[in-house]
Amino acid sequence: MSEENVVLKIENLKKSFGDKEVLKGVSFEMKKGETKVIIGPSGTGKSTLLACINMLVVPNGGKIWLENEEVTSAKNLNKIRQEIGFVFQDFGLFSHLTALKNIMIGLTKVKKMEKEAARELAMAELKRVGLEKEASLYPAQLSGGQKQRVGIARALAMKPKIILFDEPTSALDPELIGEVLSVMKNLALSGMTMLVVTHEMGFARTVSDEIIFMENGYIVEQSSPEEMFKNPKNQRTKEFLFKLNELYGE
Amino acid sequence: MWVTLQITFFTLGLGLVLALPISFGQIYGNKLLKAIIAVYEKILRSIPELVILFLIFYGFPRIGVRFSPFAAVVIGLGLRSSAYQSQVFRGAINSVSKTQMRAARSLGMSNFQGFVFIVLPQALRIALPPWTNEFTIVLKDSSLAYALGVTEILRQGGYIIATKHEPMIIYLTVAVFYFVVTIVINKSLGRVEKKLAIPGFDVKETVR
Repeated sequence: MSEENVVLKIENLKKSFGDKEVLKGVSFEMKKGETKVIIGPSGTGKSTLLACINMLVVPNGGKIWLENEEVTSAKNLNKIRQEIGFVFQDFGLFSHLTALKNIMIGLTKVKKMEKEAARELAMAELKRVGLEKEASLYPAQLSGGQKQRVGIARALAMKPKIILFDEPTSALDPELIGEVLSVMKNLALSGMTMLVVTHEMGFARTVSDEIIFMENGYIVEQSSPEEMFKNPKNQRTKEFLFKLNELYGE
Repeated sequence: MWVTLQITFFTLGLGLVLALPISFGQIYGNKLLKAIIAVYEKILRSIPELVILFLIFYGFPRIGVRFSPFAAVVIGLGLRSSAYQSQVFRGAINSVSKTQMRAARSLGMSNFQGFVFIVLPQALRIALPPWTNEFTIVLKDSSLAYALGVTEILRQGGYIIATKHEPMIIYLTVAVFYFVVTIVINKSLGRVEKKLAIPGFDVKETVR
């Protein structure tokens, strides 16, 4: 049954802030090992969508499933959030903890792992993102790209079923974007399920299995990258991709 | 001299014990709690310390509540200090960026865990310098105990003057005492601050 491979299923998700309806009924699903990229103009609910998936923002309607568990009606959200990694645009590293401790704290305090085992796992994840030498540095001593790699390592260490990336490279200097994208690319190749909000079209084109174009709280179009770039069906998708192309010259 | 230090420590301690929950209530409490705290704080911050002390020591016995002069001083100054200290903690907690809590929750921490392990350790570091300032203010305010007849260092000085008739020398000695204790407090808490400082972490960054 293909249903078993579905990691994340979203059905008619709605969210309003006051009078402003940000998500107007969004549905899609993700299979194990897939990478999907969400693109779209700013203010169209992309970040809200991600925040809703782990209930950092509580949706007004619709349903979300993580594998067989309904997130939207779950009693123990803290348990579910452990299984959904989240990578923030502004990194969200804990300022008072070293890179290593940033990763360890979730393992020891949330997963109740032994300190030594947590340290070992945290170190392994730092190695995976190429930062084992920076383990004892504090966030303020790291470059933006390094911070984001620690953020990814921290999410990975929790052994999530899926990782959500909320514009992971938008706060970075251009020369630092590459190191983060390459870590993400390796992750995708290693079979991690990833949902990425980004404007990095190169990444979307080469790494993603599907691109979702969102505007005004709706999914306007979703298709494979080849299809999306060569032959977008919707006029708005065309215009948006054209603008991106003008901006980033790809 | 010991009495002055005792008043200072007890006052500061009482203020601290009250101020932490007050600041938590002010940030995380419901509307009613916030309103009550706001009134509490406004009242205590707008009445002169001496009036608070007289109210507690001379006024309260009229409604059947009697304190020793020492206790009245510690309670009066302690309440006042709690109002000030709660502002210090409130500001510090609020200046920790909201993303920190979001990140904590995204890892599966409860609100309480996020507060204890992530927000509070950062907030206390930010609160330390203004708290040091409050420490020295309480030390100096302890001299108000004089008015209730507590034999703290100022009154002790007065007693010596009564027999030795050397006000200049005695009051200078008292002044030097306050000066030295203030310096010691500042130096030692400054050292704590340095020790807890986060490498590369600029205070400006947290204010943002």
